[in-house]
Amino acid sequence: MTGIISYGAYIPIHRMNRAEFYRAWGGFAIPGETAVASYDEDTITMAMEASSDCLKGMDRKSIDAVFFATTTSPYKERLGASILAAALDLPPAIRTMDVTGTLRAGTTAIAAALDTINAGSAKRALVAIADCRLGAPSGDAEQLLGSGAAAVLLGKDNVIAEIEGSSHITDEFSGVWRTDSDVFVRSWEDRMVLDKGYSALLPEAISALMQKSGLGPEALDKIVFDAPTNVMRHAAVARKLKFDAAKLQDPMVLSLGNTGAAMATMMLAAALEEAKAGQRLLFASYGNGADAFVLRTTPALEKLGGRRGIKKHLESKRMLANYETYLRWRGIIPLESARRPEQSATSLSSLWRNRREILALYGARCLNCGTIQYVNPSANFTTGVTPIRICAACQSKDRFEPYRFADKKATVFTFTQDNLAASTDPPVTITVVDFDGGGRGVFDMTDRDPAKLEVGMRVEMTFRKLYSDRGIHNYYWKTRPVRCEEN
Amino acid sequence: MAESIRDRVAIVGMGCTNFGELWDKSPSDLVVEAAYEAFEDAGIQPNDVQACWLGTVADTTSGMAGLGLSAPLRLQYKPVTRVENMCATGSDALRNASYAVAARVCDIALVVGVEKMKDTGQAGLAVTGGLPSANVAPNATAPGMFAMMATKYFARYGLSPNEGKTMLAKIVVKNHHNGSLNPKAHFQREITLEQVVNAPIIAWPLGLFDCCGVSDGAAAAIVVPADQARKFRTDPVFIKALQICVGPADGTVRSDYDYTHVEETYRAGLAAFAEAGIKNPRHEISMAEVHDCFSITEATIMEDLQFSPRGKVREDVDAEVFALRGEIPINPDGGLKCFGHPVGASGLRMMYEMYKQLQGKAGARQIKNPRLGLTHNMGGQPPACTVSCIIAGLKA
Repeated sequence: MTGIISYGAYIPIHRMNRAEFYRAWGGFAIPGETAVASYDEDTITMAMEASSDCLKGMDRKSIDAVFFATTTSPYKERLGASILAAALDLPPAIRTMDVTGTLRAGTTAIAAALDTINAGSAKRALVAIADCRLGAPSGDAEQLLGSGAAAVLLGKDNVIAEIEGSSHITDEFSGVWRTDSDVFVRSWEDRMVLDKGYSALLPEAISALMQKSGLGPEALDKIVFDAPTNVMRHAAVARKLKFDAAKLQDPMVLSLGNTGAAMATMMLAAALEEAKAGQRLLFASYGNGADAFVLRTTPALEKLGGRRGIKKHLESKRMLANYETYLRWRGIIPLESARRPEQSATSLSSLWRNRREILALYGARCLNCGTIQYVNPSANFTTGVTPIRICAACQSKDRFEPYRFADKKATVFTFTQDNLAASTDPPVTITVVDFDGGGRGVFDMTDRDPAKLEVGMRVEMTFRKLYSDRGIHNYYWKTRPVRCEEN
Repeated sequence: MAESIRDRVAIVGMGCTNFGELWDKSPSDLVVEAAYEAFEDAGIQPNDVQACWLGTVADTTSGMAGLGLSAPLRLQYKPVTRVENMCATGSDALRNASYAVAARVCDIALVVGVEKMKDTGQAGLAVTGGLPSANVAPNATAPGMFAMMATKYFARYGLSPNEGKTMLAKIVVKNHHNGSLNPKAHFQREITLEQVVNAPIIAWPLGLFDCCGVSDGAAAAIVVPADQARKFRTDPVFIKALQICVGPADGTVRSDYDYTHVEETYRAGLAAFAEAGIKNPRHEISMAEVHDCFSITEATIMEDLQFSPRGKVREDVDAEVFALRGEIPINPDGGLKCFGHPVGASGLRMMYEMYKQLQGKAGARQIKNPRLGLTHNMGGQPPACTVSCIIAGLKA
C-alpha cells in the first residue's frame, strides 16, 4: 500500500523568548518561544534541511518526484522544487511542483504525491514543506508565527506508515490572507475566523474520513492535526470529536510557534518519532478547507533509524539576543549600509555554469593521484577556477570523477571573525575546513556562537541564501557547528 | 641559458609623494609629483625618457591603459605600458622596465606606481568590480583572510591569544616608531603596546593597529643600464636580484597548506638570494622593506625570507632584531603600516627607502653602512599570492 517511506524535519536553531516582543511593544505577553529563521534562511533552505534529514540513509536515485509546499516561497515566478532537486542532487528527469496559496499546502502536496504514485506516474515522491510567515510588528501574529519545515518521502516499498484513506474539503472562506504584495499576514476578526473556518471545517473533514473508514475515536493511537493561532481551539476540536486528549499531538505553539503550512507535517514527524509499529494515526490540516488522512504504521518504522526530526531540533537551540536582531534578520526595518565596496553583480550565467558546484557542492577526485578537491566557483575569489581542469596536486589534465561534499562533515583548520565585512549578523565568521575523507574549502560559517570558535572544531555543511541581487537569490553552502550532538 | 639581471641595470633617480589621506590631490597630481621628483633626482628632462611603465590597480580611480601616465605628464608619444599584479604591481612595473633596459631596447625608462584609495567613501581597499560572478565567495575582507594566518600561527605554535597578539603588537610598535621619523609617512606617531593589544578587533585576532594604512600616493623610478649609471650620479643603486613568484592558488584546495607561511614569499626569496649570490640572508642583507599589510604578514615573512627560523620569529621580535638599530632593520620607513599603502605605489615606495638608505640620505632613520637592501612586495591573500623580491646595492 502507498504510504510514507521516510520523514524528516527542521527547526531553525534560533528561538526568541516571546517576552522580547512584549518588551518592545507592551500589550499582551504570549508565553513561550518562537523559532526564528536565520537571516540566511528561507523556505527553500529550510525545506532543503528537512529533505536532507528525511533522505538520510535513503537511495536518492529512485526519487522521481519533488513537490515543494509553502505559503512563503522566495519566488512568485521560479520553481522552488527544481532548486531543491538540484541541491539534493536528484536527476533532471523527474516531476516537480510547487504547491502554495493555502495553509494546507503541505497536506495538499502529500495528497497530490500519493495520487501521482497511485497513478503509476512516479515511484517515490519527496514532499518538502516549509513556511516563514510574518506578522506585522506589535501584533499577536508576530508573536505567534514561527519558522520550520518537514519532509516526507512517499512510495509503495518499505513504507513505515501506510495511508489507508483520506478525505478533503474545499471552502472559499479565508480568515487569513495575503495579497501578492503583502509582507504580513492579514486576518479577519478572530471569532468568526475560527467559528466558520477552522472549528467547523476541520471536524467536518475528519468526521467524514472516520465515517468512510469505519473508525471510531478509540481506533486511533495518535491524533495529529494543526492548530490555529488561538491554540485553545485545537483542544476544542478534539473535544468536539470525542478524542482522548492524551492521544492529541502537541502543536508546539509554545515551543516554536505556528509554522503555517509546515505545522501539521512537523507534528506528524514528531508523532512518528514516538510511534510504534501497528499504530493508527489521524493526520489532518486546515486551510481554505481541510485534508484528513488515516495512517497505519508498519514494522519498517522501527527499522528506519534516527532522524534529527523534531525532538533533537527542538533541543538544539540558541536564544536570539533581542527583538532588534529579529527585525534586522527579517529585513523589517531599513538599516545603515556598511561603508564597504558594494557587492558585485551576481551573474546568472556563472550561477548556471557552476550549478553542480554551487547547489550540490560538487568537487572532483583526481583519477591520477586520488586527490579530492573543491574549488569555490566565484571568479572574484582568488581560487575561482572552475570547472576543475588541472589537478591542484599532480597537475594532470581532465582526469577527474565528480565528488560531492554536501553530506561530508569537516574540521576547522583555521578561522577568523571579520568585523569589517558587511553582514546582517556580524562578525562574519570565515572558516577554512578540511573535509572528512579529503578536500579543503573556505566557507562562511552560520548558526555559530562567535565566542565558541576554535581550531579543530567539528562542522557540517548547510544550504543557505547568501545574497539577493535584482531578485536573484544565490543559494550556497556554509559551515555550521555540528547540530544535535551528532559528531 | 637565461642570464641574470644582477648588476645589469641601476636606478639613478627616484621620487615619492607624501602618503596619506590626500583629499586635495588627484591621481594625476600624484603622478606629476612623483615623476618630477625622480626626473630632478636623475638630472633628466621628461623627454629624455624612452619608455614608461605605469603600475596601478584600481582602474576606477587611477585610470586605465598607459594613458594614466602619459596624460598627466603630457608625454610626447612614448611607449607606455600599464602593469597590474595586485599589491605587487609597483615592483612588477620596475621589473618590466628593468628587463627592457637590460635588453638594451631602451636606455632610460620611467616607472611610476600610483593609487588613489580615498575617493570611494569606503573603508578598506577600493579594489572592486571585475567580472560579475556567482557571488558565492566567502564574505571575507583582506584583514579576515590574513587573520586566518594569525589564528593558525597561534594554534600551531601554542601561543595564547594574548601571547600571539603581544608578539604582533611589538612589530606594530616598531613600525610606528620608524614611521614617526619619516616626514612622508601617513602615520607619524608612536603608539604603545597596550594601545595595539587593546584596539578594536577588525578581524579576530587582528585589531585596528595590526592593519596597515589605506592611503593615497605615488612613487617613481628612473632605470638605466648599469654601465651608464655613473653618468647620471655618483651613487646609483644597482639591481642585484629581481624576482617575482605567482602561486598556483591551491592552498584553499589542498589540505597540505599550513596557513602559517606564504610559499610564494619563500620561493621568491630563494630565487632572489640565488640571483644575488646570497648564502646567508640574515647576515648578508643589511635591511629590508617587507609587505607588512598586517602584523602577522611581517611575522611570517621573517620566517619565509629565512631571517628567522620557522616558528621562532617571536624570539627575534622579543630581542628587537628587526628594530631600526637592530641586527637587520625591517621597514625602516614605517612600512605599509605607517608609510601607508597606495596599492600600485607600494613596491616603488619600498625601493625609494632602500635607495635613500643605500645613499645615506634617510635622515633620522639612517641605517649605518647598509650594503644590500631587500624589498618584498606581496599581492593577493594567502594562499593565493603574487610576491616580488628585489635586492639592490650600491656597488656593481
